[in-house]
Amino acid sequence: MAGAFWCVVEDDRQGQPKKVTAEVIGEARRRAAELGGAVEAVWLTDRAAPEGLDQLAAWGASRIWLWEDAALAPYRGETWVPAIASLAERESPRAIWGAVTSRHRELMARLAARLGAGLAADCVAFGLADGQLVATRPVYAGKLLSQVRWKTGPSLATLRPNVFKAGEAEAGRAPAVERQALGTIAPATRFVARREEAQTGLPELTEAEIVVSGGRGLKGPENFALLEELAGVLGAAVGASRAAVDAGWKPHRFQVGQTGRTISPKLYIGCGISGAIQHLAGMRTSKVICAVNKDPDAPIFKIADFGLVGDLFEVVPLLTEEFRKLKR
Amino acid sequence: MKMLVLVKQVPDTATQVKVGSDPRTIDQTGITWIVSPYDEFALEEALRIKEKRGQGASDEVVVVTLGPERAKEVLRSCLAMGADRAVHVNDPAFEGADTLTAARALAAVVRLESPQLVLSGRQAIDDDMGATAAQVAEILGWPCMSWIMEEAVAEDASSIRVGRQVEGGLEVFDVPLPCVVTAQKGMNEPRYPTLKGIMGAKKKEVRELKAADLQPAGLGTVVTVLEVVALEALPPRPPGRILTGEPKDMARELVRTLREDVKAI
Repeated sequence: MAGAFWCVVEDDRQGQPKKVTAEVIGEARRRAAELGGAVEAVWLTDRAAPEGLDQLAAWGASRIWLWEDAALAPYRGETWVPAIASLAERESPRAIWGAVTSRHRELMARLAARLGAGLAADCVAFGLADGQLVATRPVYAGKLLSQVRWKTGPSLATLRPNVFKAGEAEAGRAPAVERQALGTIAPATRFVARREEAQTGLPELTEAEIVVSGGRGLKGPENFALLEELAGVLGAAVGASRAAVDAGWKPHRFQVGQTGRTISPKLYIGCGISGAIQHLAGMRTSKVICAVNKDPDAPIFKIADFGLVGDLFEVVPLLTEEFRKLKR
Repeated sequence: MKMLVLVKQVPDTATQVKVGSDPRTIDQTGITWIVSPYDEFALEEALRIKEKRGQGASDEVVVVTLGPERAKEVLRSCLAMGADRAVHVNDPAFEGADTLTAARALAAVVRLESPQLVLSGRQAIDDDMGATAAQVAEILGWPCMSWIMEEAVAEDASSIRVGRQVEGGLEVFDVPLPCVVTAQKGMNEPRYPTLKGIMGAKKKEVRELKAADLQPAGLGTVVTVLEVVALEALPPRPPGRILTGEPKDMARELVRTLREDVKAI
């Protein structure tokens, strides 16, 4: 629908939309309430489960534009961009929003170039100025916030996970599904294989509500076991500082920081991390920050809501024990 | 095989960044400038491709940047690392250009140079938009693979096999050349320039291009689609609470506070 807010669905590759999509839809609903316009989902997938469609409707998508085709998995710009672009040219949405995930980041960049539109990546807030939509995004390692506005439509953006409030789900809303045909696209790129990461049983770093992170203070890779135990009790993801990653204690995908993942969990617990600027860039938008460090002058204490000055080898097992008591 | 590496000059992470007198820009006094770290991974990978192929001077690594006069410094660093020559898009018309304008200008350079492979970092660490390289691919109609962790160019240089990082794993693709790839951290460890490299860099060609030079490709114009309204310093977090004392008491108090006062768990 012309003037609609389109929310591109991020899914779990099993036919279910991910939580971050509820957040994108939630924010789109708040902005649509001010600016007008419908909130619609745009889903490209090889498999959309009926419960997944119900879920999108419950979160507040009044319509679901659905492409369900084996050629859409895994994501490739060549197949996704033309599909969304041609519908956008026909439907003239006001905004097209995605999540800050590896594939949405590339998709939205290409889509913006295709449509000749502006992209605001990694947004943490939206607002109105003179009746126009403006977005706020962290820049320069999170040291500054940049407020941007679009000079032409549609307004493309990616939204940082865990920052925006999901809309209240209302069950029983019937999804209005508009099935779209992909058309014949012969992608030049050939998918070879997917290599799964070793399963940790813990949530994905960028989506986790709680993150337990370790740095040089852990003294060696084997001591991440202490954090994994704590994370297991909390249902948290495990992260690492650049120092720990550069030392080879953890693969790079665990790195939190400017040259790693940017995370925004409800609770962040940093253990044996000094808090270099490069690390703070990746976690400073966390809601509650706790730090355990034996050095009372460690910079991380300057941004921590709660600082524990002590030896992590003593403190972390005690924390694990205390959290475990809560679960009982 | 010709490779183009798109690099950007950015403030060093550790450098202090303040809002300038024009609130849409930063105050540039006292800033230490570096090559954006992800772009260094891209350059390192290009140099390794060239070395591995062993074709000598018939393979070429060209670094390209868009930026003001000071951006020449990062081109010199890249030449010192081993790039063969450099292209500097240096025109005041592009000052404050948005991502799409930069992508269009860089795509025009790609058209002029006709490389088989374009590499860049997954994002520049100043404005963190992470869009330019993918937009260059879209403008050219080339395939693009973002956040790659590994690559292998086919012997006949007709395609490249890449592993791209996605949530939960790595997806491997065969991509026909020409294409665009962006480097993720972890794919290599960039080399330090040698003294010989630094001396040799001074003799290497740095070609300067103006907006008008890009116009034959129709991509040298400024098209502002996204505008910075203002930059502002991050609001400081309220002062935190430091717990000291017996580890057992600290642990108990923290868990109680998180549960009862903050309701974080």
